[in-house]
Amino acid sequence: MSRCVLLRCAAAAAVVAATLVAAACGGDDTPTDVVLVTHDSFAVSKAVEQAFERESGLTLRILQGGDANEVLNRSLLTAGDPQGDVVFGIDDSVLSRAVGGDLLEEYRSPELSTVEPDFANPDPHVTPIDHGEVCLNVDRRWFASRHVPPPKTLADLILDRYRNLLVVENPATSSPGLAFLLATVATYGDPGWQTYWRGLRANGVRVVDGWEEAYTQQFSGASGSPGKRPIVVSYASSPAAEVIFASKPLATAPTAAVEEGCYRQVEYAGVLRGAHNEDGARKLIDFMLSERFQADVPGSMFVYPVRAGVPLPEAFVKHAIVPRDPLQLPAAQVDANRDRWVARWTEIVVR
Amino acid sequence: MDRDRRALSAAGRAATVVLPVAFLAVFFAWPLGAILGRGLVVDGRPDVPFDVLTASTTRDVAWFTLWQAAVSTVLTLIAALPLAWALSRFRFPGRSLVEALVLVPFVLPTVVVATAFVALLPDGVERSVWAILLAHVFFNVAVVVRIVGAFWAGLDQRLWDAAATLGASPADRQLRVTVPLLAPALASAASIVFLFCFTSFGVILILGGPRYSTLETEIYNQAARLFDLRTAAALGLLQLAAVAAAVLVSGRLERRLGGGRRRGDAARRPVGGERIAVAVVVLGSLGLLALPPVALVLRSLQVGAGYGLDHFSALAHETPALFVAPWHAIFNSLLFSTAATAIALAVGIPAAVAVASGRRGLDVALMLPLGASAALLGFGFLLAFDDPPLDLRSSPAIVPLAQALVALPFVVRSLVPALRALDVRLREAAAILGASPAQVRREVELPLLARPLAVAAGLAFAVSLGEFGATIFVVRADWPTVPVAIFRFLGRPGEANSGAAMALCVVLMALVAAVALLSERALVRRRPR
Repeated sequence: MSRCVLLRCAAAAAVVAATLVAAACGGDDTPTDVVLVTHDSFAVSKAVEQAFERESGLTLRILQGGDANEVLNRSLLTAGDPQGDVVFGIDDSVLSRAVGGDLLEEYRSPELSTVEPDFANPDPHVTPIDHGEVCLNVDRRWFASRHVPPPKTLADLILDRYRNLLVVENPATSSPGLAFLLATVATYGDPGWQTYWRGLRANGVRVVDGWEEAYTQQFSGASGSPGKRPIVVSYASSPAAEVIFASKPLATAPTAAVEEGCYRQVEYAGVLRGAHNEDGARKLIDFMLSERFQADVPGSMFVYPVRAGVPLPEAFVKHAIVPRDPLQLPAAQVDANRDRWVARWTEIVVR
Repeated sequence: MDRDRRALSAAGRAATVVLPVAFLAVFFAWPLGAILGRGLVVDGRPDVPFDVLTASTTRDVAWFTLWQAAVSTVLTLIAALPLAWALSRFRFPGRSLVEALVLVPFVLPTVVVATAFVALLPDGVERSVWAILLAHVFFNVAVVVRIVGAFWAGLDQRLWDAAATLGASPADRQLRVTVPLLAPALASAASIVFLFCFTSFGVILILGGPRYSTLETEIYNQAARLFDLRTAAALGLLQLAAVAAAVLVSGRLERRLGGGRRRGDAARRPVGGERIAVAVVVLGSLGLLALPPVALVLRSLQVGAGYGLDHFSALAHETPALFVAPWHAIFNSLLFSTAATAIALAVGIPAAVAVASGRRGLDVALMLPLGASAALLGFGFLLAFDDPPLDLRSSPAIVPLAQALVALPFVVRSLVPALRALDVRLREAAAILGASPAQVRREVELPLLARPLAVAAGLAFAVSLGEFGATIFVVRADWPTVPVAIFRFLGRPGEANSGAAMALCVVLMALVAAVALLSERALVRRRPR
């Protein structure tokens, strides 16, 4: 019957499937790997990755997905029987959950002594690797062509001349969105920030779920963007990225970061409890603090090194800023209030 | 000897059930059970989440999920049926090309389509429920055209001729002949579209913004972002139950409706006024479907203020956004999708045979993966596959397995209506005329099934190529697929990155169109005339 013909097709398909899966499975995991669990934004130059593999004799495998918060949640789900050996990308806003979740082994890297004093005394479970500042970015051409000065402070954003110009990320779903909310809390205090956000809402702020949509689709300054809004919440380093990734060499960045009102996020790495290769995990963390990896951090991930005296790439010196006095709230205060602030923010801004 | 053959076919029938059931048990039920257990079992006791299920927010989300899916399905049927008619009833130059092109929207990653929609839609519409509905129609037209078209192509033209002779007007003929004949395929296609829209994720997230949420986006939110596994598991169960109910209802409808018998491809050249109608339908539909892809092609060619191929040539070079040169992603996608298609056919063909011969429970079980939240299933994979021999958490093999799970319902849905509609009399007639059983298979039945089989393989491949939600959860960074690479590029600032994303979108569209075209040619050419 036709069914037999079909089943023969099915059998043939099964053979193909088995062969392909077997081929893909080839090279089973051995203890010569070290597995890094990290977020979508992690990146490293090939040469630097190979240097690590050469020096340590270990193969580096990378599992990435989601933002810092989602990476932490996946790690919490598998705590004690982790997917990898090292987790990277935990930031201040989720640090106390990571430490409280019995997720990490304590480790104090000998390389910590090379770290700038601002970052040198972290919780013993984590090691600082980089820092980035969430700042307002403006489309320079938009403001120049209209002879309007770009905003200089958070307070400017509720002025009438900036009506319907700002796009921000939802703090419930985006880490720069949360950082910007924290910046307003740090500036206006609790509950003063709520009045400020009522002002932003009245002035036509647009809220989107993630950085991708805000920056690449709503912000007019990003190259190739169909966006119409000239002010966005992004990073201090974004203007440098516009220059580095431009298709034709640019003398000046099309965008600029606003130095006032920037919020600092520090990213940490930690050894996962139950790691298959604990020794390799420590080696990887040491390597992430080495001069070589730290010098690669700006060009690969568009954040700044924590190691003292590491030179920045030229595009960063010329086009990006390192905010002098970035805003920051104590991790414990953020952790205790985050959910309540976000819920209140949702009521004020979205509902 | 007769008894031997009966015993053999009983064993064969059992085999058609065992393989699909085993596959679903290991790669679907087990991981899903692991995560549901984690969320809903406290100290060995089930913790029934009545409070979550009866909360007013749950009710609002469920209601929105339901009505947007229903409206999207109706709109998709309305938009797709004229094209299905033109493509399945008529032969004209470029028909297979058009059929291949129609499949393109279906595999585009949602982030990409949303980008195109944001660029195309006027300001007020761009973030409204209309944008969501339009995007759902755009995505799913291919499902209706393919599934209904494959069925429609086999219907005997003489039925309409007879109706016309008996005095039925053209409208009458469509309403009283076409609709009843097509009913099972319509139900089949509608149920897939409904499920797709019911579990829609990326479209809702991007085009809906923070104001709209469906069960699927809410599960993701609760599980991946808020890590409230109890709420996520409760909503996951609710979604599964809704999907199972929808599948049961559509299955019942499909059987109740009966439908017409098929006799091979009845397509013919259009004559007279038909030519104008076919031209208007095909060109009009293509024009609308082409808008977002054309917008993407234009953006992929935009370099600075001018145009060029720079973004395409850049795909050969390493970049910080990926751990491999972007062209690797194309290779990975082809490899994974081939494997996923093979798995989906290996499991799906026996499953379709079993379903067609009346195993309804299996039918529902096969559709459930479409209704399970990708986030929950991804979490389940992390919990379940942590020990040898199934230590798959960091193996590339997990990717085609996850994709096959999503592609499986398409294989089954494309084959079942055709299998049910096989005319027993054809086989009998051939046997009476002296054909051996092998000849009957080769000369009569395989040709009748060739088209649905090509459709099944093409859809499975396309679904795996475009699959994103489950892939992103399980894929390793050094094995990105094209949609994953697009997502990584879109996540970074700078023109080179957004340009690479657009170039990869164009590559993905071209791949799908090529594969659809090839699978159709390869299988349909062999049909004896």
